[in-house]
Amino acid sequence: MQTNFTAEQLRDPDTASSNSVLRTCVHCGMCTATCPTFLLLGDELDSPRGRIYLIKDMLETGRPATEEVVLHIDRCLSCLSCMTTCPSGVNYMHLVDHARTYIEQTYRRPWPERWLRSLLGVLLPRPGLFRMALVGARLVRPLGRLIPGRSMMAQRMRAMLALAPAAVPSPSSVETPRVYPAVGERKARVALMTGCAQQVLMPRINEATIRLLTRLGVEVVVARGAGCCGALNHHIGQHDRAMALARANIEAWSDEEGLDAIVINASGCGTTVKDYGFMFRSEPEPWREKAEKIAGLTLDVTQFLSRFGYAPTREASGLTVAYHSACSLQHGQQVTAEPKALLSRAGFRVVEPREPHICCGSAGTYNLLQPEIAGRLRDRKLGNLKATRPDLIAAGNIGCITQLAGDSVPVVHTVELLDWMAGGPRPPGVPN
Amino acid sequence: MIRQPDPKPDIMDRRDAIVAGLRALLPESGLIAEPRLLKPYETDGLSAYRQPPLAVALPETTEQTAAVLKYCHQNGVRVVPRGAGTSLSGGALPLADAVVVGMMRMNRILDINYPDRCAVVQAGVTNIGITNAVSADGFFYAPDPSSQLACMIGGNVNMNSGGAHCLKYGVTANNLLGLKVVTIEGEILDIGGAHLDAAGYDWLGLLTGSEGMLVVVTEVTVRILRGPEGARAMLAAFGSNEVAGAAVDAIISSGIIPVALEFMDRPAIHACEAFAHAGYPLDAEAMLIIEVEGSAEEQDRLLGQLSDICRKFDPISLKVSQSAEESLAIWKGRKGAFGAVGRISPDYLCMDGTIPTSQLPHVLRRIQEMSDSYGLKVANIFHAGDGNLHPLIMFDANDADSFHAAEEFGADILKLCVEVGGCLTGEHGVGVEKRDLMPVQFHAHELQQQRRLKSAFDPDWLLNPSKVFPLLEPEVAVLPQAA
Repeated sequence: MQTNFTAEQLRDPDTASSNSVLRTCVHCGMCTATCPTFLLLGDELDSPRGRIYLIKDMLETGRPATEEVVLHIDRCLSCLSCMTTCPSGVNYMHLVDHARTYIEQTYRRPWPERWLRSLLGVLLPRPGLFRMALVGARLVRPLGRLIPGRSMMAQRMRAMLALAPAAVPSPSSVETPRVYPAVGERKARVALMTGCAQQVLMPRINEATIRLLTRLGVEVVVARGAGCCGALNHHIGQHDRAMALARANIEAWSDEEGLDAIVINASGCGTTVKDYGFMFRSEPEPWREKAEKIAGLTLDVTQFLSRFGYAPTREASGLTVAYHSACSLQHGQQVTAEPKALLSRAGFRVVEPREPHICCGSAGTYNLLQPEIAGRLRDRKLGNLKATRPDLIAAGNIGCITQLAGDSVPVVHTVELLDWMAGGPRPPGVPN
Repeated sequence: MIRQPDPKPDIMDRRDAIVAGLRALLPESGLIAEPRLLKPYETDGLSAYRQPPLAVALPETTEQTAAVLKYCHQNGVRVVPRGAGTSLSGGALPLADAVVVGMMRMNRILDINYPDRCAVVQAGVTNIGITNAVSADGFFYAPDPSSQLACMIGGNVNMNSGGAHCLKYGVTANNLLGLKVVTIEGEILDIGGAHLDAAGYDWLGLLTGSEGMLVVVTEVTVRILRGPEGARAMLAAFGSNEVAGAAVDAIISSGIIPVALEFMDRPAIHACEAFAHAGYPLDAEAMLIIEVEGSAEEQDRLLGQLSDICRKFDPISLKVSQSAEESLAIWKGRKGAFGAVGRISPDYLCMDGTIPTSQLPHVLRRIQEMSDSYGLKVANIFHAGDGNLHPLIMFDANDADSFHAAEEFGADILKLCVEVGGCLTGEHGVGVEKRDLMPVQFHAHELQQQRRLKSAFDPDWLLNPSKVFPLLEPEVAVLPQAA
């Protein structure tokens, strides 16, 4: 597609990158068909191609973002379904990330929204604070229904309280930096990213991962100084904060000797860590090289297990598992076959819902910031999942698990089921 | 460069009143008029031509569509209908004084009738959406344009779209049973229905392929078919375009009708393989995808006969798909071919001419010669069995000279198609792209007769007025060009 940037504009590395993304797009429109918001809202402006056009115009003219443009960019889930569909290989992720940063730099949001976004940016990446907030939210949760009004802010407040779990799990100690030795002969050494929000909401995911890996002969390092991947801040345009978090991780993992992989069990984080090379492309050495190296070492836990080897030790349970493919896994990392193959290997009957490529509406903080669209996507996804008549639902990302939980079918992390079948405890809620 | 009719000054002056008038007829967020938000609507799949409209209306029902058209008719406002905006001929290119009427919100499947083998869907349902709705019961909707994932059935009707499998099943016109349409006066008409053929004149035949210039289509009744017992594709690789073209001619003249017979040349093979990882032969100059259907025995017999024919043309390789996944990947590459060319060139013009299949070797050789003389690369991807060519001329839209050369090259190819006894368009429609070449195909009095037909439906020429026919002087202006 034709672009109109001046030589001056192209000297900015972000603009130069966006220009090359835009030049790859041929405006064929294939992406519109698999975009969840286009499906629901039926407006080119709420499709990837429309957003690409809005971003192109915003960047070319160099004008500040306007309320109308921000509305349509904000509605993007960053599910990246469009990238799977795109025949031309347009890197929409890098383009929309640039747009989000540009919006934060040029557009002043109304104060309640600024307050909310800052709050999320501060709370979610910090497990201690986040846990306290959840405990507080649990206490006032019943009041959520009393919040009046149809305004976006009222909807968001209700959504936040509704998503707060009825019981906040007690803190687990598995995230404390240490080395978990392999059981028996050590066959590999990996760093486990223990993340931020996930360890507060469902500490049992990290516990299951460590149990399973060590039992298979993998030494698991929880590195000192590693924490949130930066994705939450990145996706709400808080670029500097995201970079600081990423830098801490790169430093922590680079200090570890002889890592075969960095294993991630929250695919939203995995997509971002795998992109560290791009995020640090204009940073001075040694950061650029280190970031590339870390990104290259990173694997989703199901990728690692398929390569390393996995075998169940228990009798097959006979349960039917509906596999929900997290967008960050299937679109962001293009990991589609491995989780299903592992679950089959573990003896489950694996079924897939209709519209497997469509987002469940979780999308990081999206279900808090865009509750109306997120709710419609959740209902649509749950309907498709339940139509497969599963005993349980498995997913590889904490966001999706939280979003889909609370209905009639239990939702667990893929790795919990793999751990169970290889000798671990039965995940809570899973039927006999 | 493409000329557009002058915007009507009185319409431009009354812009705010027109926007307010239309807004009152539509649900919330159903009318877009903010200039920055109109930009994404300024073009379709032919992005070299661009013009933001006066406004965009997104009706959700036939009645709302009728109300919008009635208002536009009473106020002399031009209307450009739009489906998914995937047209490669600029069929949905707006005018500065026109209201784009988008069908994207009308995306419901209204009825599926298996006993009578038909489905009633709204105009904004995607082509593949129809098949997806009936595939669990073993049915499908046959026409399958490469953009079928995204393109909408209303647009398919207006362009009489084809696709890879039309060799056996025919194009949109052959799979259509009924339409609900709105005239420019806002009158709602039902034509045809859940039965074959319609009483009286063949209105369906007339409206199919009328490029949004006679009526706005809001509902479509299509024929659905029971799927075949099985299907298998084979890849035949050859040493040159001409030889592959000769093999196509030999297959067709042998009397075998494969369900699809697709052609790809070297640049296309490489671009598509990078996208689909389908195991395309990267050492070939040209490749045919040949698909057959039926029972396993039928497939084997046909594939054997087709292989025998191909062997007479010194194939580099012949490979039959061994699994459903492999066949899926083969078609994924072919269906994503136009977009995949985006990997090797920032821009392309996708031509769409039809020729008698016996002319394939000659025309492919001439296209290569033209490519050399224009200094522009071309990728050939097309429905060979139908003789429906899609040369993709690669250019750089940031370079004005390159764009103009590509336009001229494209025009020369289409003139060649007519010269050898073919036609300007196979399935993409005339749109604005081929509008000015219509006199190559038709005499002046033939064009005049067609214009009179348009006038019978739309005397004021408000519906998509700048498409299909060369503009009549002096009512023209120059559209800001692509580069």
